[in-house]
Amino acid sequence: MESLTLESATESTPGRVARRLPRLHVKAFTGGLIVLTFIAVGVLGPALAPHNPNKQELTAMTKAPQGVGSSHVLGTDNLGRDVFSRVIYGARVSLLVAFAVVFVSGLIGISLGAISGYFGGKTDFIIQKLVEVVWAFPPLLLGITIMAFLGQGLFNLILALVVQRWIPYCRVVRGQTLTLRTREFVVASQCLGARNAQIILRHIIPNVIQTSLVIGTFAMASAIIAEASLSFLGVGVPPEIPTWGTMLADARIYISTAWWLPLFPGLCIFVTVLGINLLGDGLRDILDPRLKRTGAGM
Amino acid sequence: MATYLLKRLAGTAPVLLLISLLVFLLIHAAPGDPTLMLLGEETNAADVATARERWGLDRPLYIQYLKFVASTVTGEFGKSFKYAEPVSQVIKARLPATIELAIFSIIIAILLAIPLGVWAGSRPNSWLDNVGTTCGLFGISMPSFWLGIMLILLLAGVLNLLPTSGRSTYGIAGPEITGFYLLDSLLQKNWPAVWDALTHICLPALALGVNMLGILMRVTRSSVLEVMNEDYVVTARAKGLAEKNIVWRHVTTNALIPVITVVGLELGTLLSGSIIVETVFAWPGSGSLLITALNSRDYPLVTGIVLTYTAAFVIINLIIDGLYGIIDPRIRY
Repeated sequence: MESLTLESATESTPGRVARRLPRLHVKAFTGGLIVLTFIAVGVLGPALAPHNPNKQELTAMTKAPQGVGSSHVLGTDNLGRDVFSRVIYGARVSLLVAFAVVFVSGLIGISLGAISGYFGGKTDFIIQKLVEVVWAFPPLLLGITIMAFLGQGLFNLILALVVQRWIPYCRVVRGQTLTLRTREFVVASQCLGARNAQIILRHIIPNVIQTSLVIGTFAMASAIIAEASLSFLGVGVPPEIPTWGTMLADARIYISTAWWLPLFPGLCIFVTVLGINLLGDGLRDILDPRLKRTGAGM
Repeated sequence: MATYLLKRLAGTAPVLLLISLLVFLLIHAAPGDPTLMLLGEETNAADVATARERWGLDRPLYIQYLKFVASTVTGEFGKSFKYAEPVSQVIKARLPATIELAIFSIIIAILLAIPLGVWAGSRPNSWLDNVGTTCGLFGISMPSFWLGIMLILLLAGVLNLLPTSGRSTYGIAGPEITGFYLLDSLLQKNWPAVWDALTHICLPALALGVNMLGILMRVTRSSVLEVMNEDYVVTARAKGLAEKNIVWRHVTTNALIPVITVVGLELGTLLSGSIIVETVFAWPGSGSLLITALNSRDYPLVTGIVLTYTAAFVIINLIIDGLYGIIDPRIRY
């Protein structure tokens, strides 16, 4: 009886693991796959795009999608530019902006959060006041105001989006650092004479990076939507750079006559953001076992 | 708690002052001369000089800022360049449209998200849960302005069911009382106008509310899932109460606490979202007014709108902080 139980248990173990693994990571896997596909499209853009995204073909204006194998798979816009090529190049710009925003805001937010939480006192007070002022602006509104000041441009857009996006990292990292700085390994390093910068870099930051990764994933989704929103409002990237947002802005007046113009760029934004959110959800489930157990993280 | 809130309120004033300075400097440093933008490129130098003098643009920047702060204290925000009226009046005329849209979006989001979240959370891993979580994920991933465009394309363009722009059909609304078309029409018992206002607000409210819907659905589901394991739910089940009663009477009422706070927190995002959704639907609110003001470099109007939005955002957050204590008596300040 005992051997039978043991045998069945050992037999079923690989099966159980195999069953559990895909279910556990299915969201992260699907999301990751979507994101990777768009990254590949962005990186390989020039090789994949059948036309120059800015080339105007005045003899082929506002042509409806002609299907796979044709010259204009997703049709052309009001200036005869190939929608498929523009969507591919749009992925490049949108993802580039999103990655840059997440990287820079993460760098600023994690550093300031760790400094704020570790040193406390006046440093903490000043950083938290800054957080309070910047956070007082409704999201997007600050971006619009800054872009009105800086003018359209890729670098300006990244800057305008970073200004508010470092806050979530800073708040969370500060909270975590407040707990971490009293932990034994930090106190021990202090006693051994380690410098503050060393402690922050070696002991604090590695311990907050996991949470920041999840924040970064969701921040990337919000950066893609914010970039598209600002470009849609005409204060994002210059009109000559094809992005999903500028394509939607151009398409607005042709909604009733050319359905494909707003459909494809918008669909790309939606699917990319969906993929990133899935990836973020999956990562959070994996990194937080409590949520994994209850399923509350959905 | 009252002392804490008063302290927070007092702390808000310097933050708003700092924000006003920041916005003022940003807008004034922006490229583009408002006189040329409003009078046209071919205006002669004498007219430009007169306009600059009239709008106070010939004075040093710090004088302009002090004048702006003084007029803000009186609640006027200065005079709009474009509309030649006090900024407060221009905003007041457009604000009801934005508030009406925001309220409708919240109603749509709550009415759809809470039942969906409760159903999903009370039956984890069922088909209802799968539908609910998919809806939630789609909701948070949907760019509201693209949904707006798609709704226009489908419901207005293809099916020709609903109007796509503005707040009402010309000539149908009665005289303005509150500025909220729906409320005004109801007060006047002008039923065709009520229906007209409803058909106009449907699409923009749905587009604006979709993100909040997604977030609320997810929060409700998580909250219900947590409450379902509480002892009092087990007790209710042991007493033999019907599952429907347990879910709606015992679980939902307790699970809604975090949901209410999320509604408050999301109001700020809703305010920002209204800027872009109003542009898509040509909704004559303060959001679309901001874009017009920015394009014409109407300094006082831009600063006025940004400050109004920011003050609203700060005050909403303050109210939410106050609500925490009322909703959950365990929280003490």
